[in-house]
Amino acid sequence: MSILGNRVLRKEDPKFLTTGGTYVDDLPLEGAAHVVYVRSPMAHARIRSIDTSEAVSAPGVVAVYTGDDVDLEPMPPGAPFANPAMVRPWLAKGVVRFVGDMVAAVVAETREQAVDASELVFVDYEPLAVVIDPEAAVDNETFVHEEAGTNVVFRIPEDFVSVGMAPPEAATEPPGLFEGCDVVVRQRIVNQRVAPCPLEVRAAASLWEGDHLTHWTTTQAPHAVRGSLAQTFGVGEEQVRAIAPDVGGGFGAKIGGYPEELLVPWIARRLDRPARWVETRSESMLSLGHGRAQIQHAELGGTRDGRLIAYKLGVIQDSGAYPGFGAFLPTMTQMMLTGVYDITKVFFTDISVATNTNPTVAYRGAGRPEATAAIERMVDIFAAEIGMDPAEVRRKNMVGNDRFPFTTPTGTTYDVGNYEATLDRVLEAAGYAELRAEQRRRRGAGGPKQLGIGLSSYVEITNGIPGSEFGSVEVLADGRARVRTGTSPHGQGHVTAWSQLVADQLGIAIEDVEVLHGDTDLVPRGVGTFGSKSLQSGGVAVFQAAEQVVDKARKLAADLLEANPNDIELDKTNRRFHVAGTPSASKTWVELAQASGDEGLSAEVDFAAPGPTFPFGSHLVVAEVDTETGGVVLERIVAVDDAGRLINPLIAEGQVHGGLAQGAAQALMEEMCYDDQGNPVTANLADYEFVSAAELPSFETYSMETPTPINPLGAKGIGESGTIGSTPAVQNAVCDALLALGVRHVDMPTSPIRVWRAIEAAKGKK
Amino acid sequence: MRVKLEVNGVTHEREVEPRTLLVYFLREELGLTGTNVGCDTTSCGACTVLMDGESVKSCTVLAAQADGRSITTIEGLAEGEELHPMQRAFREHHGLQCGYCTPGMVMAAVSLVTESPDLDETHVREGLEGNLCRCTGYHNIVAAVLDAARSSREGAW
Ligand code: FES
Ligand code: FES
Repeated sequence: MSILGNRVLRKEDPKFLTTGGTYVDDLPLEGAAHVVYVRSPMAHARIRSIDTSEAVSAPGVVAVYTGDDVDLEPMPPGAPFANPAMVRPWLAKGVVRFVGDMVAAVVAETREQAVDASELVFVDYEPLAVVIDPEAAVDNETFVHEEAGTNVVFRIPEDFVSVGMAPPEAATEPPGLFEGCDVVVRQRIVNQRVAPCPLEVRAAASLWEGDHLTHWTTTQAPHAVRGSLAQTFGVGEEQVRAIAPDVGGGFGAKIGGYPEELLVPWIARRLDRPARWVETRSESMLSLGHGRAQIQHAELGGTRDGRLIAYKLGVIQDSGAYPGFGAFLPTMTQMMLTGVYDITKVFFTDISVATNTNPTVAYRGAGRPEATAAIERMVDIFAAEIGMDPAEVRRKNMVGNDRFPFTTPTGTTYDVGNYEATLDRVLEAAGYAELRAEQRRRRGAGGPKQLGIGLSSYVEITNGIPGSEFGSVEVLADGRARVRTGTSPHGQGHVTAWSQLVADQLGIAIEDVEVLHGDTDLVPRGVGTFGSKSLQSGGVAVFQAAEQVVDKARKLAADLLEANPNDIELDKTNRRFHVAGTPSASKTWVELAQASGDEGLSAEVDFAAPGPTFPFGSHLVVAEVDTETGGVVLERIVAVDDAGRLINPLIAEGQVHGGLAQGAAQALMEEMCYDDQGNPVTANLADYEFVSAAELPSFETYSMETPTPINPLGAKGIGESGTIGSTPAVQNAVCDALLALGVRHVDMPTSPIRVWRAIEAAKGKK
Repeated sequence: MRVKLEVNGVTHEREVEPRTLLVYFLREELGLTGTNVGCDTTSCGACTVLMDGESVKSCTVLAAQADGRSITTIEGLAEGEELHPMQRAFREHHGLQCGYCTPGMVMAAVSLVTESPDLDETHVREGLEGNLCRCTGYHNIVAAVLDAARSSREGAW
């Protein structure tokens, strides 16, 4: 019987539960100097002078470096098509551009000495005007990068048309976009900046042995780190070993390329001794990339009987001071613009801008949650406008099952879906009719505690950046199997899931499969773990490698047993190959591995999926809103998710749970705030509203499994769906509770003060 | 200054700087890196250990304050190969993903259940408010703690 699809307990857990994981900061590194960065307290300022003399002579200090010391080319913008003048120096040169920008590196014998000495670096700043509000940044006369002469990183569609990425007719809004609409609703929506907050902050440690570098780092993509290091230091990739040991969460923010991490080997080389760095949480809040940060202007039009016809979304994307992947997020928003709906006329624009804030990066969902949040909010506003049940409007406009593969007006081709079934299922599981009845009852009674019911139906893109992923399987002389994978798990349970895939193919025990990952010397190639890509790329590679190993073993067994390979069967129960009908003539994995000689019994696969996959689902949230205080209590979160075939439902469910919590957290509580001078006001975990167990209910989750034809496992990604679906469901629930009070929209986070103000404002209007 | 304390049943005597935090004493002096640091504002609970059986955030206790006390960290929870019921429950309920919050979360949960074995879901959620997890959404952690509490009431602890 296959073990695929079983709730296998994780092999990873015993270590974490008994000795704890081995994270970068847990690794001993004999003789390492400690690095602490001095960061700018100003959002935008010219550096008049830096006085390091006191720091240099402080106890234990080995060296202090400033921007002029670093003999490396500045880092180019991390976003394709970005304004090339928006480069990032390794340490600030002449100007600081956000609170947290690095000004100097202090290196000392101990961490404490480095911290103490960092306070003795005196920087004379001349304050400059700041650009904080992304909308104002577009036409501002103050530039984050003077050399660029603009704050605009790029514009969609114009800049994409000019490089040939979009056809010329895409450059302008189609005439008569909203023609034929009885109703057009408009809303400005803020998809606020949030801090990803993996529980482990960033850390790096570097050791040069001659021209060979070993670099340990908290990353989701060690092979990419190897590439960056080789390039930065002008050495061959074979001279660099990048290691991601246990990594305490990433959520997109640890995909990598931060100067903090890449400077550590520069310092180690310069000092000719190992060096290490670990940030504090307060530093991490300032300088680990932030997520989301879009302002959206949405318009949705349709008929009075609920048919959606046209949709327009204009995005302003805050990219922060040094545009990286954050600037690029709107392209993902554009891809997923119309969500699960068949809306034929659309227009999308984006202006990605630089501001004097921390750069934005990918964060769980990366551009897709922003698309879903916009359309799902707009569908509710539209439903309210025409007086139709929001579930009904959704149902009327969903792409039907007979339409797949379905190409959207922004050119995205959805593989396969069953959208309406997820809606039906979530409504039934939640008891929708009864919930609406209870809501009516409370509205009628007019008490302070009103009920809100929020829906969201989503489809999202996973494995969205095409490419291949590496996987290999080798049967060892003792009959156990060794897997090497290019994915780089940091909580996703690949060791267990990949073991299942191999154990299932080979007919060996899960315990007898070893999985190597996160070390570029042990795994020759790899892409890493992000974008919900791992199972459908790396998992498939491992699966196919296992199939090939079985084939090889079958041929070898045939040779040894002097039979035709077609007559050889793998008896998974007894873990041996035998001639069909003659179980006694058999060879075990051990015998075959030993007989395979120098060639060994192994296979390598680089699996490139023919396309991305599109998980989907519907979420329903029940929230109780206290209309006197603005307080919101999440009573229920019901989620139906379809990520194709599940290999380990226990792990998949865990991914959904984490996603639901992060989505609810954004909708309800979390926001990374700057004041108008660019001072962060939520720059530690006491001020930032990181969601805890106390604000969440237990989740009611259901899975559907519609296999995708895109890969042989039929699997899609599940890492980000929970966040994508739950964010608008929570926001819609809060808004729904207030609908009868005349409130049409509350931006996220729907904190008590925002909710209360919205209620008061609506009272004023009445 | 000199401190003498018992950690996971072993007595250690060491010279420390007065400002040394217990968590760094454990991690750097004793090499017990299971206890993690996740913040600098006493907010996350990744550093939670037991001091004389009660949970404390070891980033907010000086090594000097632990003088003469008995400390239990995640490394000292299992009896040899035999996992503590709380550790077992976390595994069975998939109460961990990246594992970073886990040692602190497990220690906080042990203390919570020891104090009030009769707790319900709300009590667990409120009791663990000071222990943050970014990966699990808490659902499976809560289930694990409730299950372990059940086993403790049945006398399995
Ligand atoms: S490290 Fe102690 S509470 Fe966060
Ligand atoms: S398991 Fe990753 S923070 Fe809790």
